[in-house]
Amino acid sequence: MSSKIKLIGLSSALSVMALSAAAQDPVSLTIVSWGGAYTASQQRAYHEPYMEMNPHVTIINDDGSANALAGLRAQAQAGNVTWDLVDMLPSDAQLACDEGIILQIDHDEMLAAAPDGTPASEDFLPGSLGECFIPQIVYSTVLTYRPDAFPEDNQPSSIADLFDVENFPGRRALQDRPGTNLEWALYADGVDPDDIYDVLATPEGVDRAFAKLDTIKDHIVFWTEGAQAPQLLADGEVAFATGYNGRMFDAIEVEGMNADIIWDGQVVEWDGWVVPADGPNLDLVMEYLYFATDTQRLADQAKFISYGPARASSAALVGEHADLGIDMGPHMPTAPENYFSPIVLDNDFWVDYGDELRERFANWMLQ
Amino acid sequence: MSMPAYFTTKDKIWHYTFRVICFAIFFFLLAPILIMIPLSFNAQPFFTFTREMLTLNPEGYSLRWYQDFFSSDSWMRSIRNSFVIGIAATIVSTTLGTLAALGLSRSEMPAKGLIMGILISPMIVPLIISAAGMFFFFSSINIAQTYLGVILAHAALGTPFVVITVTATLVGFDQSLTRAAANLGASPTRTFFKITMPLILPGVISGALFAFITSFDEIVVVLFVAGVEQRTIPREMWSGIREDISPTILAVATILVMISIALLTVVELLRRRGERLRGLSPQ
Amino acid sequence: MAMADATDQHGAPTDSKGRLLTSDGTPLRRALERANRRRKLTALALVGPLLAFILIFFAFPIAQMMWRSVDNPQVVDALPRTLEALQAWDGRDVPPEPVFAALHADMMEDLDRTRREQKFGPLGIRLNYELSAARSAISRTARSVPGFEAPYRDAFTDAHRLWGQPELWRVIKREGRPLTLSYYVAALDREYDEFGDIVKRDENRRIYVNLFGRTLALSLAITFMTFLLGFPIAYYLSILPMRHANLLMIAVLLPFWTSLLVRTSAWIVLLQQQGVINNTLVALGIIGDDGRFSLIYNQTGTIIAMTHILLPFMVLPLYSVMRTIPPSYMRAAKSLGATPWTAFRRVYFPQTLPGIGAGGVLVFIISIGYYITPALVGGQSGRMISNEIARHIQQSLNWGLAAALGTMLLVGVLVLYWLYNRLVGADSLKLG
Repeated sequence: MSSKIKLIGLSSALSVMALSAAAQDPVSLTIVSWGGAYTASQQRAYHEPYMEMNPHVTIINDDGSANALAGLRAQAQAGNVTWDLVDMLPSDAQLACDEGIILQIDHDEMLAAAPDGTPASEDFLPGSLGECFIPQIVYSTVLTYRPDAFPEDNQPSSIADLFDVENFPGRRALQDRPGTNLEWALYADGVDPDDIYDVLATPEGVDRAFAKLDTIKDHIVFWTEGAQAPQLLADGEVAFATGYNGRMFDAIEVEGMNADIIWDGQVVEWDGWVVPADGPNLDLVMEYLYFATDTQRLADQAKFISYGPARASSAALVGEHADLGIDMGPHMPTAPENYFSPIVLDNDFWVDYGDELRERFANWMLQ
Repeated sequence: MSMPAYFTTKDKIWHYTFRVICFAIFFFLLAPILIMIPLSFNAQPFFTFTREMLTLNPEGYSLRWYQDFFSSDSWMRSIRNSFVIGIAATIVSTTLGTLAALGLSRSEMPAKGLIMGILISPMIVPLIISAAGMFFFFSSINIAQTYLGVILAHAALGTPFVVITVTATLVGFDQSLTRAAANLGASPTRTFFKITMPLILPGVISGALFAFITSFDEIVVVLFVAGVEQRTIPREMWSGIREDISPTILAVATILVMISIALLTVVELLRRRGERLRGLSPQ
Repeated sequence: MAMADATDQHGAPTDSKGRLLTSDGTPLRRALERANRRRKLTALALVGPLLAFILIFFAFPIAQMMWRSVDNPQVVDALPRTLEALQAWDGRDVPPEPVFAALHADMMEDLDRTRREQKFGPLGIRLNYELSAARSAISRTARSVPGFEAPYRDAFTDAHRLWGQPELWRVIKREGRPLTLSYYVAALDREYDEFGDIVKRDENRRIYVNLFGRTLALSLAITFMTFLLGFPIAYYLSILPMRHANLLMIAVLLPFWTSLLVRTSAWIVLLQQQGVINNTLVALGIIGDDGRFSLIYNQTGTIIAMTHILLPFMVLPLYSVMRTIPPSYMRAAKSLGATPWTAFRRVYFPQTLPGIGAGGVLVFIISIGYYITPALVGGQSGRMISNEIARHIQQSLNWGLAAALGTMLLVGVLVLYWLYNRLVGADSLKLG
């Protein structure tokens, strides 16, 4: 297996040669992603340029990422892998990696170096690379509020304000899962961002987080799907909403919603590729990945959706939004003026404690 | 129903109140379905009647959501898939189901109750359980995410309806007819096609329609077993509702309501014809 | 259109006295038996294809899924030596050095396997269901295990704190059997304590029993609502002349034939905050713009939408029963001096009970396993057990727990169906 991977790495490094050799047989790649605007941004930034360079390749989009773990495991157990490449969250990738159903990645060997020669493993943002995971974007869950819900001289500006119902009354829309909410409860309770997961790994820490959440319990509206959060804000249903920064960007900049983002305590997470082991077109997939995760391509994706590229070298190349003409740089979660107190989501922690905390959170929500 | 002359005032009040209640319930049943039809012609991407629509201003109406629908590759593919899968599944379930119903109606059939129970089970078992079981099993025999897999799954879900409707038709079936045909020298095959088939045909057709609508409307199994290539209309609607619910969904819904009306009409005509043929009509 | 016993067709020559012979000389009885057997075989041959099809593509997959709720190969496969060494362990303290040595040997062997064959990944995921962080105890240790040297106990407890806690070892020993009940234990909101007894979980982690309870409560509420709405219109349809009844019946049958997704989206359109109902109420000045009702993404949404979707299943059986009740009974009761209400309550209503039972059980059975509508309009509080089963299959990957929950749901539905059968007979299921 490992020698095969090396071979693949070699072939992708020499993609120009591979390209000319494989130019005859038509072949299709099934790429699983999240659908909607996200798949559309990948289509324009990665798939279309790649297909243009390789006319024999057709890329089929499957928006099954939400259930990709089940699909990967079922396909692997059946020995019939039909997916070529899957976009998923790093915590899911960790589970799949543990099961051995996706390939381990040697990032330096399989991925392009930065234009200045910095190897991939150093170019990707710290903490983003996984054993089997190639990050594409960094996104964050941010707190957003309606300025008109508060007097002009008393606007909220921090996560602590989310938990302060006396000074900042109004309903709050939170996602119906423990991730982000527990981190913020501890952060607002005075825990240093770097210590949050150590505290949360102890029973007392969990109790502390839930106790903090209890203080705003009566003011919470829960949302499930990403589209609901900006909707609730736009409808004036809530004064605060947590949400994905890309969705909030769309609602504020594209649809003109009256809302502001609070970057304090943004919970930063990655999203990226995994390669199903025993996939039908491994060589081609590696070649595609080499192309689609290089510095320019990652920067290109930010033209179509407001998520930050996962490579440091891409940051300087992020330009204007392709359709809106807005300079995207300041809207990136990783822009220095936004990245002052980030909480980096600890996927290892959530794989370990996710089941238990989810049960407790589900229970808490219904009390 | 006219009101008897001896009704008291109280009776009359009740008489009218009851009708009002009933029509309110009929309204509850129909209104949600019918309200989507005008909304699907909304010129705006909203789910409400705009001022232009209420004042019957033509500018408030448009066909843009229908254009969206008919110009979208994925919706068009889903229509094709729905029909391909629905028709193939119907053929499988109607053939197997009709044969089984003929067998079950024979008095010599052993273990009838048990077998009937097994054959009806796809209708009873919660769909999520059927879907989960099929997801695991179909993956293991490499027919998950294929047309074959979805067709077989839908055929299994559709057979109970065929078995039930055809056995019901056979209840009124006079077995002496086939015996007479046999006595007169007709081969079993000939007897079947010349005698049995025409008489049970209405049952077979309405069973087939039930099987078709089961497949056409089915989503849970599709969610688990189908791949992106096999997406059906309900599956596309599911994505549409979860991601961003645009009035395109309403245009699709309107078209589907029209299809339902057509199917309903066919089933109703068949039922009446069948009852007439078998002399069971109460009228 | 009810299915009853097929007509008896044994009626061949009945005037037999003594032993009649057929024309070729065989005793008539034997000839009849042979013919009978042949007919039986023909009947079986007709049913056979469908029976085989259903058994292979429907019954077997479900049985296979149910098997997953007890199947427990991960620990046995990954830790053969460790489990043997653990046999003598009393479960009190951290196990002695030989157990750690065995664990080391098991891990070293696993590292020689190809990645797809490695047993420790699945083991970690399996153990994590029982004990949080057991997964990272396994995966972190596996990375450093080639560098371990005896005594292994210290090396392991240095690599991850859980190795130094008897709890993890108790889980390993308990789950070191090819079959397990622990998925059912978890599905019932219970867990094993340190003595291996099954006890209730911490109150703040109990969810499944409540979810089953909520599913039952929602299904009951929906059944009751369909009864409340279905009874008057079924009665009304039954007293109308046939021609009018058939016409109005369309109002019941059209929803019945309309796609489930269409009906669900219709309710989203109507019920959401910016939907038709709220907007109309605001436009009419009945409620203020900030007083819009939350009618969807909660239990209200699930109940309203599912009542609408399942109402035909209540009306149709009720109607067919009510059609058969002669109006003369009510008239007789009234002429004997009963008030209309008494006549209804004492004479008419009891005769509709079979229809209520049939419709009620049917609606209840369907709603208890419902997935789509709660998923789309139920929000958090309107979720049902099916949604949790789907989540465990598709997202959390805990297929054993999904299978346990599914098996419990299936058994519940089958019991209800059996009751239904006793009550009205499955054969009388009517279609349209």
